[in-house]
Order: sequence, then structure tokens, then C-alpha cells
Amino acid sequence: MAKLNVNGKSLDVKVEDDTPLLWVLREQIGLTGTKYGCGVAQCGACSVHINGEVQRSCSVPVSSLKATDKITTIEALSPTGQHPIQKAWLALEVAQCGYCQSGQIMAAAALLKKTPNPTDAQIDEAMTNICRCGTYQRIRAGIKMAAAEMAGGTKAKVKA
Amino acid sequence: MTATTKISRRKFFIGSAAAGGGLAIGFNIPGVRDALAQKVLGTTGNEVGAWVFIKPNDEVVIRIARSEMGQGTLTGLAQLVAEELDCDWKKVKWEYPTPGQNLARNRVWGDMSTGGSRGIRGSQDYVRKGGAAAREMLIQAAANDWKVPTGECTVDAGVITHTPSKRKTTYGKVATAAAKLEPPKNIVLREPKDWKLAGKPLKRLDTIDKLSGKQVYGIDIKLPGMVVASIRDAPVHGGKIKSFDGAKAKTMPGVTHVLQVGAGAVAVVADTWWRANKALAEVTVVYEDNPNTKVTSASVAQLLKEGLEATENVAAYNKVGDALGAISGAAKKIDAVYTAPYWHHVTMEPMNCTAKWTAEKCEVWVPTQNGDAALAACAEAAGLQPSQCDVYKVHLGGGFGRRGFQDPTTKAVLLAKQIPGVPVKLLWSREEDMKQGRYRPISQCKLQAGLDDKGNLVGLTMRISGQSILASVAPARMENGVDFIAFQGLNPLDGKYVKEGSIGYSIPNLYIDYAMRNTHVTPGFWRGVNNNQNAVYLECFMDEVAKAAGRDPLEFRRALMTKDPRTSKHLAVLNAVANKIGWETSKPPAGQFRGIAQHMGYGSYIAAAAEVSVSDKGKVTVHRLVMGTDSGYVVNPDQVDAQVVGSVAYGLSASFFEEITLKNGAVEQTNLDSYEIMRMADYPKLVETVTVPSGGFWGGVGEPTIAVAAPAVLNAIFAATGKPVRSLPLKNMKLRA
Repeated sequence: MAKLNVNGKSLDVKVEDDTPLLWVLREQIGLTGTKYGCGVAQCGACSVHINGEVQRSCSVPVSSLKATDKITTIEALSPTGQHPIQKAWLALEVAQCGYCQSGQIMAAAALLKKTPNPTDAQIDEAMTNICRCGTYQRIRAGIKMAAAEMAGGTKAKVKA
Repeated sequence: MTATTKISRRKFFIGSAAAGGGLAIGFNIPGVRDALAQKVLGTTGNEVGAWVFIKPNDEVVIRIARSEMGQGTLTGLAQLVAEELDCDWKKVKWEYPTPGQNLARNRVWGDMSTGGSRGIRGSQDYVRKGGAAAREMLIQAAANDWKVPTGECTVDAGVITHTPSKRKTTYGKVATAAAKLEPPKNIVLREPKDWKLAGKPLKRLDTIDKLSGKQVYGIDIKLPGMVVASIRDAPVHGGKIKSFDGAKAKTMPGVTHVLQVGAGAVAVVADTWWRANKALAEVTVVYEDNPNTKVTSASVAQLLKEGLEATENVAAYNKVGDALGAISGAAKKIDAVYTAPYWHHVTMEPMNCTAKWTAEKCEVWVPTQNGDAALAACAEAAGLQPSQCDVYKVHLGGGFGRRGFQDPTTKAVLLAKQIPGVPVKLLWSREEDMKQGRYRPISQCKLQAGLDDKGNLVGLTMRISGQSILASVAPARMENGVDFIAFQGLNPLDGKYVKEGSIGYSIPNLYIDYAMRNTHVTPGFWRGVNNNQNAVYLECFMDEVAKAAGRDPLEFRRALMTKDPRTSKHLAVLNAVANKIGWETSKPPAGQFRGIAQHMGYGSYIAAAAEVSVSDKGKVTVHRLVMGTDSGYVVNPDQVDAQVVGSVAYGLSASFFEEITLKNGAVEQTNLDSYEIMRMADYPKLVETVTVPSGGFWGGVGEPTIAVAAPAVLNAIFAATGKPVRSLPLKNMKLRA
């Protein structure tokens, strides 16, 4: 039995302590946007935010989580699907098969939260998720587009 | 700032109905979870010819027979139908007819297999005709209603106008009447130069759900009463179970069954996959004796090495003049042996299939590249007639050739058959996926060349020694016992496969042959298939020979491409990338070196040019890569760019890092911590595409260009270090002393 806070909702789940958060999300809570790719924290398809930090949920046992830890999945990154990263991904047609993109988007969103205007080197360092379709070039462009939009948005607010 | 303004103007509504992801009108998937069920488009409307379904609200649902695995075929095929139909693109939705429906209707949707870069080129003709036929029927219906000749009617974006009277109607209004008409017999297709929707960089129809986690893949299927399973097959391919002990697994939480599947596999069934997979680790299996347990990477290398020198069991293929004679009399001789390992597909979504079996019916939900073959596999495993089975195709989390194989369907059905009436979702762990692959066949190649005293190539031989795909998966397709696929991109300029992938050089004396040397390891089609290593072998050796001749690699190639008009398109795309990178007009940036390569595959002419640096420690950085493609026609230029740029990652990842090795007959690699894959940091800093469709033929796009990325980069490394890269993957080679 564990108490989790997922996408703003408090939930009780009945699972063994060693069950990874990934499988709790997918099989207990029914949030299948978070993907299984390797189970050993290599590919990043299972990336979620825990208290704002990107984490590979396949390697986070449910027992390591507290009821106060705020878990955010791709389904709740933006209630309307209009996070600047999602908008940039749509504008640039980043996704191909799309399977890794939940994780890529979560990793990119976490990067921009910490580093609003990342350099190429910072993008390389933060974006270690695997994409077999090879969308890396458009992912990089998408991060820069989203960063520009977020910077513009902030300035606009300041002006107003 | 410009980017910001652009974004706000565009007003994105992710999750709105801007783009449809439809599934089966009229063939609703029974019981699929709500998220999937919501997308069923409804049954109200009319089929106007097999490819088009029109709803009263003017929405047009286009049927897509090929599988979408990220390559954009779905959108491209819809564009081709919509082009001829002349409908409103904003009102276009899509759906997959099922393979069972296809069978029941005498294969009205043609071939469902999706591989060999045939999605567009293999169906463009009949899907365009399908769109055109529907358009004519709709116009006829309107003309009948108005009692006017069809010649007085025009159509634009789904609105039919009777020009003399200016009366107007829409497709949605006349579809019921149109559906009752006979399709026209003589259809004239639009010239590509007149295209309005095809040929344009339209947005994909399947993007939005992929950005919010809503896209349903095979792994996400959920059916009422469903149980979940994890499986482990014999680590030595073809191994058979003698006995297994599942007693401990059965006591573990959630576990309901421990079952043998086929001859070599055991599966654990539970309420959740995590529990099933954890319990599977506790199942012990004893396998029957198998001589293949002695096979290692070293023994396979030895087998192939023998093939390089063998005089028996060798098939000659591409012969021009007397290559051996020309080389023996040459002023200068060059020879080299190249090798390429087994590669694994690593689709991001591990193999899976959901199956439900009863004595009367069997259904599967599967991400497959070949719906027809999945239906056949389902029927065979189920012990039922194909007409008693159906396949519901689900979006693929990557295919790359792996999902052209139906082993996940076979296994899921064999398992479900043991639990009648209960839907079973079988998901392979990544470890299982890694060990039960369909590996790109291992091979070696011995090349010899002769130069005259002026540095001209007078003779070339290539002996390929390696595993055959066809001998394993489709022996009936072999030609006189020869796997012709082994020669991809090396076909004679006057041969049967010249349009698929001919060698781009007219070499006065040429001899290419193949020593087929098979192992028990299951081989398969891997994006680009044998083009990958064949292009490395020939194109990297070309640079070695050019260097021995003291000539520039581009100039050396051109001299072999200007004598025969059948190599003119190869030359044109080579020139296009050379011009783009500035081969003859600029020097590469300080510390960088250039490499170039050309090839032909899947009916398209391709070339690449690279700028690369190699650090003092041997670290390779690809600074710039120009990728050229002549596919004849282009249906969606943005998706062509996406395919070409994406294939660079797959091709370079394999050439740089990827290698499947064997120990005790089994694949050694267990997961992505022992099978390295290229990530963003190692991806080229800039990949530019040069798309030069010359018209008059339809070439493929998904696979061809992958073949030239590696040789262009490897040739640049050769230029940087002076040492040829002859053995893949590159990580095994020390580039700096």
C-alpha cells in the first residue's frame, strides 16, 4: 500500500514495495502515456517529473516515494496540451513513431524550467533519451523554439 | 521573437479535433478501452469506392492499408487519395481497414505489408485511382441530381459546382447517391506538376496524440477481463524445452498461469505485467541438447572468413569483362577485407501482441508492419481458418523491419489458446526483445582493385561472405538458390534489379559474388537491409583506391560515372551533395575533413557528403552531413526530410556503436546498457537534406538514404586519420595512436 500524489490527485495504490513507479502509473492508475522502453533507466521513454525534476520512472520503486512527492506525467504537463514544448513539437513535426516523445517532452520541459535558454551543450547534456526514429535534430530545434516563446512570453508580461 | 510571433499566430489546439486519428468505421474494435473507443468515427456515411468513406458533414475518411510506424506513409497516402479526390484536406480523417476485411473483400485494399520502402511507391497508382474514381462518382451523382452533363460540373475541395447555373453541392450531400454508382473504368490521373495537395509539406495526420500521451500503441491495449504475460524463449535460437519448473512463480502475487509456448518458450500470466515479468525470472528451464550452443562470435567470424576464400558454394552475380585478369595485369593492386556485425532493431516499443482465442474465433491487436501476414500467423497458431480471425492494427512504436515478422503474434495466440475466451496481452521485456531479435545479417567482404599506370580503375572484385535473410525467412523467393537481396545496391546496370538498386559505376572489369554462410541466429530485414554494409564496403574501398591512385575521391568517382548514361542519375545526386557541401569551391573548417559516398537503393538515387573531425583522443564529431535523395517524385517534402534526417541516427548509431555478439550460441547483449545507441550528443551537429526529384519514376524514401550516411562519415574519418575504417562498429577501432 502506497500513497501517491499523481497529477495533483492523491491516490492509494496496492502494490509490492519494489514495483517501479512506471508500472504503477501504467497498470494501477491507467496513465499509459509514460512508456516502457528498457526498464534500466537507459532510454528515458518513462521520464516523469517528481517535484519538478525529471526522473526515469522505471527505476523509481514506489516505496521510495512519499505521499507529498508531486508526480507529474505527460498527461498533466499542460491541461490543454499547450506547453511551449508541445506547441513547438507540433509546429516542427518532431514526432515520428512518437513512442519516445512523452519522455523527450518531459525531459525537455524540465530542462527549460531550470535552464530557460539552453546552449547546444546544455541540450546535449540534458537530453539523453533515445529516439530510434532519429528525431534529435528536430528535438533540438523544438527546444530552442519553445525557449524563444517562453522568453517572449515573459517579456510581454513584464511590459504589460 | 519571430518564432514567438509565429507560434501565437498559429493558435495551437492540441487535443482538439484538428487532426483525426481514426479507427475503423463499421469495424469497431470490440471492447477496446475508452480512449480508443472515443476515436471510432461512427458508422454514418457512405463508402464511395473502397478507399473513401464520406460522412454527411463532409468529413472524408481515407482508408490506409499500409502500417504507420513513424515513417509518415499514412499522411502521404492520404495526400495521394485526397489529391485525386479533390476534397477539403481539413476534413480528412483516416482509418485502417482490417486484414480480415481485406480478405473478405477479395483484397480490395491490396498489399498491407509495409517494408522495403514500398508504402508510397508500391501503392501510389491504385490509391490515386481510388481517389479519382470516387471523385468521378461524386460528380456523376451531382450531375444526375441536377440532370446536367458531368462535363458542365467542376469540383474544388469537396464542393461540386454546375458552372452554367452556379448551383453548388458538397461531397457529403451526394455521397449516398454516389455510393450506388459503378466506378468509372477509364481514369486519368493528374500530372504531378499539377498537384495541389500531394507534393506539399502538409502536416502529419497523426501528430497530436503523440504529444500528450494519448496515442495508443500495442503496449497500451486494454480489454475487459484481460490478463498480461511476459515470455522467455530459448536463448539459443531454435532451442527446445526439455522441462521447466514454474512452481515458485505460481506462488507469486498476481500470477495465474505458467505455460509453455511453442517448442522453446515459457510464459507467466498475471494480473499485471510487472508481476508476470518478476515471476518469470523464477521459472527455471532445461533445454534439449543443441549443437548451436557451441557457436560464438569467433566461430561465426571464422565461418565467414572461410567464405571469403572459398571456391565452392559461391554464387557469381555481377560480371563485366575479366576482372581477375585485369587486376593481375594491373600496375597497382589494392585489396582489403571489411566486416559488419549483427545489428539489432531496438524498436523503442518492445515486441507485443494482445490475443483472444475461442474455438470459433481468434482476434489479435498488434503493432505490425504486415497485417496480412499477421492474419495468416494468427490463423495458423489458432488452428482456425483466416476467415475466423482478424487483426486490429495498432500504431507501431517503431518498426524498422522487425515488425514485418509475426513471431509476437504467433506467440500471443499460442498462449491465448491455452486460456480460451480470455484476452491476453503478451509484452516482451527489453531483455527478451534483445535476445529474440531478427538481426541484420553479419557479413564480411573482400575487395580487390587494379589501377593502370595513369591511376585509372581497370578492375574490381567483391566477394561477400555472410548470412542470407531469404534462406531463413523466405527460401522460396531465392533465385536459383541465390539470395539476390545480398547484392542490394550492387546490381548490374543491365540486370533485372537495375531499377531497384544498380551499382552506380561503369567499371570495365567487375566481378561480384556471394558466399552464403548461414548460422542458427535468426536474421531479418533491418532498415536499409544489406544496402548498409554493401555501401560501406564499396564506397569506403573506393576511397582507398582513389587514394592509392593519388586522386580526389569525387573526381575518381565521376570518372567512373560519366561513360554510361545508366549512371547519370547516380552522378546527378552525387554532384548535388558535392555542390551543397562545397567540395570543389571551399575548404572544410579548420580541423575538419570531408568524405563523400553514393549508392542506389529501393529505387532511389542517394549520396552524402560529410565534414568530420577526429580529436587527438580519437573522438569523432560529425559537424555537418549533407544527404541527397532522388526518389523520382516527392509526396510530402517535410516527411522526406524527416525520414532522411532520422535515418542518419539509425545508420550512424549502428556504424559507430552497435554490435550483437554471441556466446554459447546465444546473444550476449541483455539490454540498452550493453547495446549502445546514439543519443543527441553524438548525433551530427547539422544534417541538411538535398531532395532532387527528377521525375519519371517512383523510388522509396524510408530506407535508401541511410546507406550513405556511414560511408560518407567513414571516408571523412579516413581523410582525417589516413587509416581506413574497415570493421564496424567504429567503437572497436583505435582511431588515434
